[in-house]
Amino acid sequence: MDYHSLREFADSWGLLFLTVFFLGVVVFAFRPGSKKAADEAARIPLKDD
Amino acid sequence: MMSDQRGSPSMKYGTEIAFVSLATFLALLAAVFAHDAAFATHMWVLFYVLLVFVILLIRNSDSSGNAHVATDADYLDGPVRYGVIATMFWAVVGLIVGVVAALQLAYPDLNVEPWLTFGRLRPLHTSAVVFAFGGNALMATSFYVVQRTCRARLFGGNLAWFVFWGYQLFIVMAATGYLLGITQSREYAEPEWYVDLWLTVVWVAYLAVFLGTITRRKEPHIYVANWFYLSFIVTIAMLHVVNNLAVPVSFLGSKSYSLFSGVQDALTQWWYGHNAVGFLLTAGFLGMMYYFVPKQAERPIYSYRLSIIHFWALIFLYIWAGPHHLHYTALPDWAQTLGMVFSVILWMPSWGGMINGLMTLSGAWDKLRTDPIIRIMVLALAFYGMSTFEGPVMSIKSVNSLSHYTDWTIGHVHSGALGWVGMISFGAIYFLVPRLWGRERLYSLQLVTWHFWLATIGIVIYAAVMWVSGIQQGLMWRAYDEQGFLVYSFAETVAAMHPYYVLRTIGGGLYLVGALIMAFNIVMTIRGHQRQEEPIGGRTTALRPAEQGA
Repeated sequence: MDYHSLREFADSWGLLFLTVFFLGVVVFAFRPGSKKAADEAARIPLKDD
Repeated sequence: MMSDQRGSPSMKYGTEIAFVSLATFLALLAAVFAHDAAFATHMWVLFYVLLVFVILLIRNSDSSGNAHVATDADYLDGPVRYGVIATMFWAVVGLIVGVVAALQLAYPDLNVEPWLTFGRLRPLHTSAVVFAFGGNALMATSFYVVQRTCRARLFGGNLAWFVFWGYQLFIVMAATGYLLGITQSREYAEPEWYVDLWLTVVWVAYLAVFLGTITRRKEPHIYVANWFYLSFIVTIAMLHVVNNLAVPVSFLGSKSYSLFSGVQDALTQWWYGHNAVGFLLTAGFLGMMYYFVPKQAERPIYSYRLSIIHFWALIFLYIWAGPHHLHYTALPDWAQTLGMVFSVILWMPSWGGMINGLMTLSGAWDKLRTDPIIRIMVLALAFYGMSTFEGPVMSIKSVNSLSHYTDWTIGHVHSGALGWVGMISFGAIYFLVPRLWGRERLYSLQLVTWHFWLATIGIVIYAAVMWVSGIQQGLMWRAYDEQGFLVYSFAETVAAMHPYYVLRTIGGGLYLVGALIMAFNIVMTIRGHQRQEEPIGGRTTALRPAEQGA
């Protein structure tokens, strides 16, 4: 595990993993039906006290 | 109402007294057997601080008349109250030190050797505002927010109290260390190895309290503010541990050597330094924003889905931006470019967050006229937007070649720190104090308005003056004559800065006066006073029909 192997991992599989993860987050956030769940979550701070 | 939660009714703090007494004795031993004079003095400081703490614990160990526990039936708010007071206290201290340091730059005679020179006061100022003021603000608000949004009491019983007092001890040891000249010279991470180890212990306890509270939540969804707070806690732990990897010369000495050297060391320091900005000064305070702006506006956040994208985009991008502090250095070119590109892309999540905060007020902008606390929060968001616009511009290599090492950077940092971090924290404290102490309202909203304007004018003066001074400085440094010689000596560029340094002190001074007014307002509110005054925006008058005719 020297610098070069780490570097190679980072700019291939690491990069791919982070990109796919992020795209997954975007798709998840805007999935059908997410609007209702998001609106409910947004009201959490306003529920009491 | 809960009765005594601390077990034995006759004597509380029994274990605490035993442990702190032991620590006091160990501090005494360390002071006596110290390997260097600075460490000995520092351990004497520790000894006396702990001694006072033991005495206070013993004096309060009588469990009768245990008033504040009874009021905290559902939530543990004691550490939040103490945290709010500590936040206000350290804000005033940090700002005073900042104004003194600014004066020292304008008038070098004010450097008082050996303890109060600029070289020692500057880290004292940065640590006091970032870690003492900012850190306490984050701890106090995170404890408040996580309980409300999870509908659960803080995890770990008195562990939150340990986090509070342990963190204050860290601040005192860091601050006194700087004045004694104990430093490992890593920016924003100046405390030496033994203080770093102590902070690690406290921070792990903080993480346990926060994460434990989330895991026993009654609310199924984890509200977005907690995601930001959690990312701040986790990332600061990682940054702190890696950046401070070092070997002490002696276990009874104040000196240590870093694991890193050369350009690797530089990159590690700025990986730490910029992510302290990204995760403490940005992500943490965004957590604050996502709770307190909706609460004060009495409206849900503009787009919850945008907040999710904001969160992941921000934490994925920020971690790479550090190399922009090392443009045109020995750092490989590709790493510099990487830092620059990620800084520029950061524009998007930053502005996404700003827009999300500001648009929360859409349909309620009239509150800006009547509610000075909303005004403070909007100002914070505006400065968040401005400084996260300026930052990416300054990270571009060609701009950086002019701005780097000049006062422009100082101006940029202060528009972010005074404008964004300071104002969002002040807004949160104004929101919290009446609620935490069961007061109907603040002592005075007029004083909040005074604070708002003093702070706003102070920041604008500060930032504008530093732009002029920084750009002039940068241009003077790079001015060549027709034969290729530098036009100005370095001392000439220093002398040219004098008027700007005086003006900067005035800007900072106005901001300090605003904070002092706030401290007075907070104290009066806590003591239960209410000032009789005109409501903000004038009294509402009943609508009358327009007069007929001319």
